[in-house]
Parts: sequence; structure tokens; C-alpha cells
Amino acid sequence: MSALFDAGFWSFVAVTAGVFTIMSLGLQLQFGYAGLLNFGHVAFMAIGGYTMAILVVKLGVSLWLAALIALLAAVPFSLLLGLPTLRLRGDYLAMTTLAFSEIVRFVAVNEEGLTGGSQGTINLAGVGTAASYNQEWLDVIETLRGWLEPLLGELASRDFTMMLVVWAVAILAILVIQHLVRSPWGRVLKAIREEEDAAAVLGKNVFWYKQQALAIGAVLGALAGLFHAFQFSFFSPADFVPLVTFFAWMIIILGGTARNWGVPLGAIIFSILFAGTRFLDFAPFSLLESDERAYLRMIIIGMVLMVLMVFRPQGILGKREEMVLE
Amino acid sequence: MTGSILAMGGVGVTLVLGVLRLLHVAHGDMLAFGTYAGLGFVAVFGNNLVLGTVGAIFATALLAVALDYVLWRPLRQKQAGLVSLLLASIGLALVLRHVIFWVAGAPPRQYPIDLLAVFELGPVRLSQGQAIALPVAAISILLVGWLFARTNAGKRIRALSDDLSLAAVAGIDVNNTIVLIWAVSGALAGLAGVLQGLVQNSFNPNLGFQLLLPIFAAVILGGIGSVYGALVGGLILGLTMELSTWEVLLGGVPPNYKQVVAFAVLIVMLIIRPQGLFGKVRLR
Repeated sequence: MSALFDAGFWSFVAVTAGVFTIMSLGLQLQFGYAGLLNFGHVAFMAIGGYTMAILVVKLGVSLWLAALIALLAAVPFSLLLGLPTLRLRGDYLAMTTLAFSEIVRFVAVNEEGLTGGSQGTINLAGVGTAASYNQEWLDVIETLRGWLEPLLGELASRDFTMMLVVWAVAILAILVIQHLVRSPWGRVLKAIREEEDAAAVLGKNVFWYKQQALAIGAVLGALAGLFHAFQFSFFSPADFVPLVTFFAWMIIILGGTARNWGVPLGAIIFSILFAGTRFLDFAPFSLLESDERAYLRMIIIGMVLMVLMVFRPQGILGKREEMVLE
Repeated sequence: MTGSILAMGGVGVTLVLGVLRLLHVAHGDMLAFGTYAGLGFVAVFGNNLVLGTVGAIFATALLAVALDYVLWRPLRQKQAGLVSLLLASIGLALVLRHVIFWVAGAPPRQYPIDLLAVFELGPVRLSQGQAIALPVAAISILLVGWLFARTNAGKRIRALSDDLSLAAVAGIDVNNTIVLIWAVSGALAGLAGVLQGLVQNSFNPNLGFQLLLPIFAAVILGGIGSVYGALVGGLILGLTMELSTWEVLLGGVPPNYKQVVAFAVLIVMLIIRPQGLFGKVRLR
């Protein structure tokens, strides 16, 4: 039970929740407001992380510039995905986007020269030399930690500082999206979600609005990918399996579709659920091996998803009318 | 070979998608359930592959029908939308896969066949698993095609997947036929799962999910809701995937990218001909 009271552990959980909040917020905009069934969201996380890491390690670009380019790189990729597919019906779009994210992952696995292959970014500078891309980030976090230490003492760990940074960015992102969806632009998006033809009749370029929502969501996905990369100092294609996209879906459904503040709520519940199985260390669970507990965790998450769909598909904060019923 | 497995998986997915408007993400894991059920039954029946396969078919069909009662029927009654169904299916996929992981373990498993035996059929070399699976797959595909074309039940299913309300008006018992659809979808998933287990030599519980997108691609290729389309789509896609690595064709793609070929077929088809090779143009 020791981890239950360990601030360091909970800081780590909170960082995960923050990264998921940012990522899922992108999906919230795409699905909750624009009604797009994006099941390949994790691809943008991969694109963000890999673009940054490759620029830093291979081209010696400064971390900050590389991060900026990585965010911008999500836009052309979203065009690549969106231009041919956004006219498709919901279920077709779901399949295409899922396939897109798997193509991105397969490329990351197989193009060893570019991405380090299945071993991940540690091989970015070639096998044998351990590549690192986030020294500048660690320095900044260390400086911030130095400022916090006199105030908070032992509590100011690296993960704690990281948590503050990630959540500051997450809340900022929520406020920006909140502002966007309340603007005329956001009202058009919702109109498209509710009745595409009506919006088109009113002279709105439905396709272009969808593409914009996809692009903004993609940038948020890339941002989450950056934080993921910063936090772990290393990542591999296995971090970007479709499962991560499904987690993001679970988060926005838990919190409620078209509810921006539902996203952090969903992310926190999800992260506790995800980390919480560690505490099942009393009988009968103490009899389980650690991998069995990992399976149990996924089984619980799957169960929650099914039960949620049967009993409360609109989520905790959501309204039933705003759950897209295609 | 791959083609016939995709074809059998595809028939299940296309029926469920066409009739119930459910994009069944858990179908890959139904296949995996079949593979592992087969493994279990083969052991129970003293290494008898035939009885084991039959057991796997029945077990998977039973599971599919049971899931209809506990999960899909309540969702239908609440008139759940595409998204709710899709997410419930994802939840089911997670549960199924990790239950299999839990029960059977993560290390690779294999059917009790001689992995080193090689059969030569003219220029083609087959492993023992492939040599068993090939005729079984060919016969099953023909049988499935015949069942759908000739039997009463097959006609009922096709009528439903063509136009649900029209079929209901014509006096077809919709609920019964839906149960039948799940049974067929499950039985084919069970058989396809066993065959995939045989062909792949060694496998782990992820084998189902790895087949999911190729199955979707086969369905799209054939046109959603079309049983024969899925059969042909699966065969064509399987052939395409295998031939894509063949050096004679423009040097071929690296074997690592075989799966990507399936994804690419899926995307290209959706863009240029979303109704599939044999599908009709439908308005929404």
C-alpha cells in the first residue's frame, strides 16, 4: 500500500493524466464538436514526438525550435489524412483513420534509418549510441524545481514540477478551445455536426470547417506527443498503438462529449483507474502475478467502456442530445 | 490462404455492419478466441484436430450469440448510435483479448502439428499447417457461398442485410435472424481463427487484432453488407498482400510492409469507390 501515499507516484499519475487531457482535448474538438470519428488520433502524437526527436538528434536543431516545427508538422499530416477522407461516412472514416495511424506506426517500426526502428528513439543516432533529445527540457524543469524547492521542500520532485507544467499547458489549451467553440466558428462546427446539409445550404464550407477542426485537434495531439517524449526521455513505436486512441475515446466519453471540462475529469478518472490496479495488492489480488494484474486492468477498462455505453452513453457531464447519433 | 481467412472473417464483419450498423472492432479478437478455443479442444480430445476445430466453431458461435443477448440487444433497444456501438465493441475487444492473455498466457503457442514438415505441390512449398488449412478453407468458402445462396436461412440473412425494414415488412422474424447472423459470424470467426493458428505456426493472443484491419479492408473491397463481396474481397486482398512482396512485380514491397498494403487498399478503395467492387451506390 506504500505507493498509495507516495506523492511522487501520484505526481507521475497526474503527468499521465495531463498528457491524456491535452491529447483527448484534440479528439473532443474533432468528435464532440465537429462529429468526426477519428480513430487514428494517436498518429499525431507519434508525428509530434518523432518530428521533434529526429530534428534534435539528427539535425542538431534546438529543442524549442524542433518542438515548434513538430507542432506545425501535424497540420500537413492532417491535410494528408483529411483531404481525401473527410467526405466519407462516419464508419468509413473510423476505419480509414485507424488504418492511417497503423501506417504511421508501421513506418516508424520499419524505417530504422529515420526513426530508430522498433527499439525506439534510443537508436536514433545509430545502434550502439544512446541518443537523447530532451536535455534542454530537463534543464528547464530542473531550474523550475530549484525555484519550487524552498517553498515546497521534498514535495518538489521532478515529476511534480513536470505535473505543474503539463497541467498549466492543459488548462490553457482548454481555455483556448473553450473560446474557439463559443465563437461563431464553433457554432458552425456544431451546426455541421447536427445537420450537415443545413449548414451547407447556409453557405458554410462544411468540408473546410471539418478540415480545420481536424488540424487543430492534430496539433493538440502532437503537443501531447511532445510532452510524452519529454516525460519519458525515450519512446518507441509501441507507445503509439491504436489502444492509446481508444483510451482517448474513453476519456472524452467518460467526461461527456462536447464538454471541454469533461476532458480533464475523464482523464483523471481514467488515469486513476489505469494506475489504481497497482493497489489491488490485498487478497485475493495479491495472488496474481504482475502481468495478470496488467490484464485485469485492461479487462476492467473494457468493462467500464461497455457498461458506460449501455447505461450512460453521454458520459458524466454530457447531454444526451449532443451525443452524435449517426 | 490468407485470403480465405480474411474472407471468412469478412463475412462476419460485413453481416454485422450491414444489418446492425455495428463496426465490430472486437471481431479480430473473436478470431483469437476461436484459435485458443481450438487449442483447448484439441488438447481435450487427445490431439484430434478435427474435433478441436468443430469445438472451436461451436464455442465461438455460442459466445457470439451470448454476447448478443447480454450486450448488443440492450444497446439495440436503447437505439444506440454508431459511436456507442463502436465504443462498446472496443471495450469488448479489450476484455476478450486480455481474458485470453490471462488464461492462455502471453508466450507463443502452437497447434500440435509438425512445424518442420514441408509438402511440395509442384512449385509451391507448404508447411503442414498450411497443407491442412488450404483444403479446409477452400471447401468452407464454397460451402458458405452455397449456404447463403440456397438455404432458407441464408436467404433470410441476405434479405436483412439488403434492407432491414423491407425484410421485416415481408414477414421475416428480425430478432431470430439477428441471432442467426451472430451464430454464423461467430462460427466463421472460430473456423478462421483455427486456420490462422495453423497457418501462422506459432501465435499469441494478439493474432486477432492483427487481422482486424485486413478484414475491414476485405469488407470494404467487397462492399459493405454484401456476403459474396466479402468472400471475393477477402480472396483478392489475401492474394494482393502475398503478391505484393513478390520481386517480379516492380521489385515488390519489403515483407515488413505486407500489412501496410492492406491498409493502403482500404484507404484507396474508400476514396475512389466506397461502395466496394460489387456494392451498389447507396445514399448514406
